Amino acid sequence: MSGLVLGLGLFLVLAILIAIFRVTTLLGIAKGERKERVGSSNTVNAIIFILFLIVGMGLFFWYTITAVDDYHLPLASAHGAVTDNLFWWTTIITGIVFVLTQILLFTFPYIYRFKDDNKAFYFPHNNKLELAWTVVPAIVLSGLIFSGWRAWVDITSEAPEDSEQIEILGYQFAWAVRYGGSDKTLGEADFRLIDVDNRMGIDFADKSAHDDFIPLEIHVPKGRNVEFKIRATDVIHSVYAPHFRLQMNAVPGMPTSFWFTPTKSTTDMREELGDSKFNYELVCNKICGRGHFAMRYIIVVDEPEDYDKWYADQQPWLKQNPDYLSKVPEELREVAAISAGIEGTTD
Amino acid sequence: MATTQIHPETEIHADDHHDHHHQSFVSKYIFSEDHKTIAKQFLITGIFWAIIGGGLSILFRLQLGFPDMDLTFLKPLLGKWLTPTGKLDSEFYLALVTMHGTIMVFFVLTAGLSGTFSNFLIPLQIGARDMASGFMNMLSYWFFFASSVVMFISLFIETGPASGGWTIYPPLSALPEAMSGSGLGMTLWLVSMVLFIASTLLGGINYITTVINLRTEGMSFSRLPLTIWAFLITAILGLLSFPVLFSAALLLVFDRSFGTSFYLSDIYIAGEALPNIGGSPILFQHLFWFLGHPEVYIVLLPALGITSEIISTNSRKPIFGYRAMIGSILGIAFLSFIVWAHHMFVTGMNPFLGSIFMFLTLIIAVPSAVKVFNYITTMWRGNIVFTPAMLFSIGLVSYFISGGLTGIFLGNSAIDINVHDTYFVVAHFHIVMGSASFFGMLAGVYHWFPKMFGRMMDEKLGYIHFWLSFIGIYFVFFPLHYIGLAGFPRRYYSFTNFDAFQGFTDLNMYVSIAAIVTFSAQFIFVFNFFWSMYRGRRAPENPWRSNTLEWTTPVEPGHGNWPGAIPEVHRWPYDYSKPGAKEDYIPQHIPLSETPESNLEEEH
Repeated sequence: MSGLVLGLGLFLVLAILIAIFRVTTLLGIAKGERKERVGSSNTVNAIIFILFLIVGMGLFFWYTITAVDDYHLPLASAHGAVTDNLFWWTTIITGIVFVLTQILLFTFPYIYRFKDDNKAFYFPHNNKLELAWTVVPAIVLSGLIFSGWRAWVDITSEAPEDSEQIEILGYQFAWAVRYGGSDKTLGEADFRLIDVDNRMGIDFADKSAHDDFIPLEIHVPKGRNVEFKIRATDVIHSVYAPHFRLQMNAVPGMPTSFWFTPTKSTTDMREELGDSKFNYELVCNKICGRGHFAMRYIIVVDEPEDYDKWYADQQPWLKQNPDYLSKVPEELREVAAISAGIEGTTD
Repeated sequence: MATTQIHPETEIHADDHHDHHHQSFVSKYIFSEDHKTIAKQFLITGIFWAIIGGGLSILFRLQLGFPDMDLTFLKPLLGKWLTPTGKLDSEFYLALVTMHGTIMVFFVLTAGLSGTFSNFLIPLQIGARDMASGFMNMLSYWFFFASSVVMFISLFIETGPASGGWTIYPPLSALPEAMSGSGLGMTLWLVSMVLFIASTLLGGINYITTVINLRTEGMSFSRLPLTIWAFLITAILGLLSFPVLFSAALLLVFDRSFGTSFYLSDIYIAGEALPNIGGSPILFQHLFWFLGHPEVYIVLLPALGITSEIISTNSRKPIFGYRAMIGSILGIAFLSFIVWAHHMFVTGMNPFLGSIFMFLTLIIAVPSAVKVFNYITTMWRGNIVFTPAMLFSIGLVSYFISGGLTGIFLGNSAIDINVHDTYFVVAHFHIVMGSASFFGMLAGVYHWFPKMFGRMMDEKLGYIHFWLSFIGIYFVFFPLHYIGLAGFPRRYYSFTNFDAFQGFTDLNMYVSIAAIVTFSAQFIFVFNFFWSMYRGRRAPENPWRSNTLEWTTPVEPGHGNWPGAIPEVHRWPYDYSKPGAKEDYIPQHIPLSETPESNLEEEH
């Protein structure tokens, strides 16, 4: 019923608009053909351009300046400082070009709007001008390219030897995270070994897998280098953590990685923001299906000593799921039980 | 051999042939081989798709701006895609963004723009009776039509249309287990796209051949209007890049239906490990973007060509730096083939490749900057007439600047790490590629409507349409930059799950309202378009006092375009406000001998 009323209302509004249009057109015809070449609308349009320029620029500067804390997330990684710096330099340079060109673009129509006694200036080309605005952008861009390139090379370089290695696996629609355990080495994994419990497909034939643990949150130590080893097992996902200026796709069949150095612990950030509930979040940023918008995981940045303590407290996955001892080759079972900290004998 | 016989008489007469014989309704309006009719077919199909594509975006903007809204009133339209509480289904949301992208990029801004204006303007502006092959031209439209039908049907099937994003990255698009839209919907998407590619290639070959072979006497390449230069280069881009999309799609079909592993490897889904080993999802991305990036310019270059023509005509000034404009089109076209991987900086591609592609990508800003400066200089000391077409062209330049500059952020791989796949990207390409090209299309319609239908569109409605659209589009897309910088990912159904994305609910609401207003304003255009077709003021022969050849044809040109001989060309198309000339324009077919008072020194 309400739909019908809405439809009828819409129809009436349209009918009225068309009637008004018709009347003005007929009036125009009754008044006779316009004599002059360009009507008064020309000046009106020219003035609106100026108004748009002033109001638009006003809004742009006002919002960009006042809302900076809303759109600029506080930074929590070492390389992010470089990225942010690049961003702001690019913003300043492009901002100047933006403002200048838009001012010219909107004031010229006003200044040079049609006047009957005017004649346009026949100015088909000017090599000096054209050369200037080819070369100047080229030089400015070279500067941006060079600084961008240096940052890129640093950020994507090999992770330092001492990095904490953390495996992150994306699947529809969750993350799983694995640490190397007491030997600090991640064991092998294979997608063919995945089952309901062993969601990461850990291969227990590999000795270094026995002490691996799978926590419910990602913990990383402040000030140390951390390398995310990234995998996916069904479709492409993307590991994105905006506070760390960190993003890397998780691709089935092609392991990827990203290393960074966290600079502010979760507690530091809570103090900085005055928000006692703040948490760093891991976000999926590549369309992956129905639950794409809900793939959240918490990243906790600890002080290094807290991190070591937390690390030591974690129980190996094998200990939590002792049934999987049966998947360990017989000759390794004893060792596995010891390294996973499983007490008593197994059959 | 009989087939090699030459028929001199028919060849001579072909040139002077005009349209006396009666055509049936079907051969005149449906299976027409007349480039003007085909252009109108493309245009009207394009308008149809633009309304659908825009309408889909309104649906998902409702979800983003008003997440708590009860959409039960859309039940008759959406049926089971609404949850019992009147919300959009989250997978249907993805279908909406996917179809919006596909429709806008391919059906509206490729077929609707190039299909309309390349067809309409190439023969008219170069002085040809028709396209090189009218039959292929007709096929081009009907392949597009078939492609449209398949895509349209896919909107209504039970499992929903393709939903993996318009870029259809596998494995998501390859595995029906991953999402229901990857079932029949994706199959139809691929079928439709194959037909579409065939259409584009048939059209493109024709445009290229026609421009090269059928130019009238005196129409050298250095006298071609910039529109034609843009259409020619666009067609070449399409011809070189669309076959690559075809191969990408074909391999995807194999992976989906015949058990190959081009793009698939190490996959465990729906409770089982798939046997596929050794494929690479990144391969698909390379192939896709090898088309995908030139595609951006396939969409943009015709719009820039149209704008060059309109800005020059309505500033009553020659386009500034004609040769530089051609050079920049060529430069952009060449570079567009070697920048594709800037879409893939964070895919895990070798960082060294990333460096190379960053260099190449940022270079493309140079010819783009040249174009902008040349447009602005063309208006400097002009005598500017604000026709609706001129307004839309100025709007285009404004968008081209705003969106082009944000490209400098995204092309810089170090900055891209943080803004990749966020709303910053959405803002960037909607302004520079979407809105700019769309404005080029609208400018073209307003400018050449008198030639298409022999009547004028209503100016006042055109002004209202322009201001609502121009301001509206800035209100829709400019705020998205801020939302993107805050890290909001694109293609998110809802942001409530993350602490980091709790902000900007107001801004998102404003954006949605602006989108609804802007979309509604387009119906002013639709009304104006169809009304003026039948009831508009009769057009004079050369309403904009333009120099190009199409305005030398009768108000409503018949089959063959010129009733008499094809005019010869004696000058470039931009002799506006030439010092000494009586009028402020001298059309291309006027010989220099008739204008001794205004000839430049080298022209004596």
